[in-house]
Amino acid sequence: MRVPRLAWRTAEIVAVRDESAHARSLALRVDGWPGHEPGQHVDVRLTAADGYQAQRSYSISSAPAAAQLELLVDYVADGEVSPYLTREARVGDRFELRGPIGGYFIWTAAYGGPLLLIAGGSGIAPLASILAYRARAAPGVATHLLYSARTALDIIFKERLEAWKREDPALAVSLTLTRSAPPDWSGYRGRIDAAMLRAVAFAASEAPLAYVCGPTAMVEHVADTLVSIGYPAGRVRTERFGPSGEST
Amino acid sequence: MAADEKSPVSRGFVGRRRSPAQAERVPPGQYVTLDFPILSAGPTPHTPLEQWSFALQQGTQRLAEWNWSQFQALKQTQVTADIHCVTKWSKLDTRWVGVSFDSLLEAAGLDTPPTAYVMAYSDGGYTTNLPVADLLNGQALIVTKFDDAPLPPGHGGPARLLVPHLYFWKSAKWVRGLTFIAEDKPGFWESLGYHMYGDPWKEQRYAGD
Amino acid sequence: MSANDDVSLSREPAALDGNAAAGLLQQIFAIDITMARITCGGCQSVQPLAALRLYGLPMGNILRCPRCEATLIRAVARDQECWLDLRGAAALHVRLA
Repeated sequence: MRVPRLAWRTAEIVAVRDESAHARSLALRVDGWPGHEPGQHVDVRLTAADGYQAQRSYSISSAPAAAQLELLVDYVADGEVSPYLTREARVGDRFELRGPIGGYFIWTAAYGGPLLLIAGGSGIAPLASILAYRARAAPGVATHLLYSARTALDIIFKERLEAWKREDPALAVSLTLTRSAPPDWSGYRGRIDAAMLRAVAFAASEAPLAYVCGPTAMVEHVADTLVSIGYPAGRVRTERFGPSGEST
Repeated sequence: MAADEKSPVSRGFVGRRRSPAQAERVPPGQYVTLDFPILSAGPTPHTPLEQWSFALQQGTQRLAEWNWSQFQALKQTQVTADIHCVTKWSKLDTRWVGVSFDSLLEAAGLDTPPTAYVMAYSDGGYTTNLPVADLLNGQALIVTKFDDAPLPPGHGGPARLLVPHLYFWKSAKWVRGLTFIAEDKPGFWESLGYHMYGDPWKEQRYAGD
Repeated sequence: MSANDDVSLSREPAALDGNAAAGLLQQIFAIDITMARITCGGCQSVQPLAALRLYGLPMGNILRCPRCEATLIRAVARDQECWLDLRGAAALHVRLA
């Protein structure tokens, strides 16, 4: 797939929205934004007044057709960039952004289904872009989202997930909470394991596509398990967010 | 954005930095951190102490080698030093214990170093090159303790090279030996455009600086 | 992607993957190199470049085999120049169309 040379563009925050106690969505206006495919990400670069710079990557959570580009930023204690983006940055603030980046984690209708989406924590971000796109462009594709979060308060994009589920019988959403669940919780409990995956995954004979995104340890464990239940390695796409062994 | 256009400033962004209380201790372009950031070119090795050894080599010849208990029996030196990473953080007054390069030469029975340069090599394949002149006279240690505790694996334990007067990528983590070489050759980062010498006070971050 | 902050914490560096190297590599390659299938020079296993484990930030991008941890690609990018070492990769297979 041919790709253009990337240039740093100026992004301005036009809205902020707290998604959970520690995750925030930033809606951006980006000069000359060329558009993106569902699942892609951007590199973000901050510059301090004295010229010091720091750079990080963030997944695009908005649909390609959305009016504003949205990124999901998760606060990391002692981090350098996420505390700024989640706690300090406000409407009107600017930073640099380059993208869209990454053809590997894209899903479009042409790829077909069934589609198995597995997210841990803020790994929901690129899958939200895929689901938003899918709701408009390919609502009939059999899809199952399995989303792992620490507690009910850590479920990001809860309302939009429920709306998509309500509107589309071809979409199933399963949630698992790994740290604590409310007394009336009807979803799964605990980390994603082989039993949970067997329960939600499409049979390998249906030739599904899987997209797995979240903390490194979770992504590798889930990908290995899917391969062990018959998914060809080439049909399992992964995007690692970083902290290994971090509980989601 | 054209190369000559400056990046827009992100209001309120300062990063993890602190203003240095003693600016004369901080090389140009550096910022003081209270953290101890970790940067690694690969996964953390976990060599068991009973398999660990440290060697001085020249070509294929092993000039000296110590296992862990032999190494611990060598003369130990304490050092307090400021360290400077090429990624712009500096950490002041770090405390280490280890064996100085001078003590290693002495223990190896080498009156003079056989060559003018060394290549330090580590578990996991990392290498870095240094002039011998920058290791002598207490300028370099093989350290096994940081802050009065055994050096944690993430920071290079069981042992790392410590050469604090150069950028910290020269202080090779998980070091297993030094190979004496006749001519200066680029190590892991030096072969990707980082400076061959790396003096933070001259801001020698990249080749050509 | 929502990462990299952990790279600088005082604990184990977390392995990202080749997806996070895409921005740097797109400065050099005209095609999306993260989709290339890359053969490890160490163990000969083949995977998309995006699935390689990424280390070395922020000094550079070091991409390693997820099976045997051999180094396949080393890259350093600055504003006006890049260094690239592909010796650890036995082969790169890309689709041009």
